[in-house]
Amino acid sequence: MNFFDYFFLFAGMGLVTYIPRWLPLFYLAHKKLPKWLVDWLSLIPVAILCALLAPILFTDQSARSFELGKPEFLVAIPTLLFAVRTKSLGGTVLVGMGLFWLWGLLPFSA
Amino acid sequence: MKAIPNPGPDQPATALNPWFKEGAIASWPICFGYIPIGLAMGVLASQAEIPVWAVAMMSILVFAGSAQFICVAMLAAGASIWAIIFTTFVVNLRHFLMSSAVAVHLSGLKRRFLSLFAYGITDETFAVNMTHFKKGNWDPLRAITVNQLSNMAWVLSTVFGALLGQFIPTGAFGTDYALTAMFLALLLFQLHDIVYVLTGVTALVIGVAWYLLIPGHSYILGASISAASLGYFCKRYREQRR
Repeated sequence: MNFFDYFFLFAGMGLVTYIPRWLPLFYLAHKKLPKWLVDWLSLIPVAILCALLAPILFTDQSARSFELGKPEFLVAIPTLLFAVRTKSLGGTVLVGMGLFWLWGLLPFSA
Repeated sequence: MKAIPNPGPDQPATALNPWFKEGAIASWPICFGYIPIGLAMGVLASQAEIPVWAVAMMSILVFAGSAQFICVAMLAAGASIWAIIFTTFVVNLRHFLMSSAVAVHLSGLKRRFLSLFAYGITDETFAVNMTHFKKGNWDPLRAITVNQLSNMAWVLSTVFGALLGQFIPTGAFGTDYALTAMFLALLLFQLHDIVYVLTGVTALVIGVAWYLLIPGHSYILGASISAASLGYFCKRYREQRR
């Protein structure tokens, strides 16, 4: 990819990211969104995060097949427990990375 | 029925120092959280052979952690530019709600200020600013200071990560798990009641099934829209029974 490929990609990503951030502030600042839309939108973050996590935690992504108990899933359990206890985003990322790294060092996990 | 929400509690402070100082203090946890994620994102990008200048360009133009990780993963997997832009749109659509919610506290301000403020709305700056706005000791200048300092921390740490990444072997120190861990933490912080848990579980089940049955990346949009809709009907059902 050359400069213009990257520029086109990132400008496109930037635009589709900016518009949902900007539109409500710019136009809806003085209006109220309908309740059903607010309720539905409030569930979107959870739904997107789980949709993103689903194949990472429960499938073999190279073969695109179901897999239970893969390291990503097993490490997720203590990582979640750490997040519950500390409520820290940065800390949880570090702990998750550390545990996943340590798991890879275990003799049976190669 | 055009209800006009309450105007923001205060207008920008006239003195320069206090708002910057308080904004900086409030942004510190965000910056601290962005540094490891930004470093990891930069390292991953450099391992996917994305040049350092492109990482800087991406962080400035996009400024969205999860979408940037997904972009790197999709570029590495050979996805098309259109597929990446579309996925970014879907992943970042959630900011629409945050922008709507924060608008209540920024009413009556100049549109130029609002347009700049919109650039800095992320999961984290939104959460921090809303917490402060609800406490009542916050104003737009303090809030935009949080946004812009967080942006600076993000751009610098991703660029530094990209520089560092050239010396780190792929996947070292669990960098390939950073995205998953961040998703897990953000997910956990979102689980306010049983409806959210139910929505999440539904999205996981549909997401796995969709991913296994349908090639490509449509599972992100498909699973999240169907799970949120199902969760919405559960929420309404619960409210009607009360």
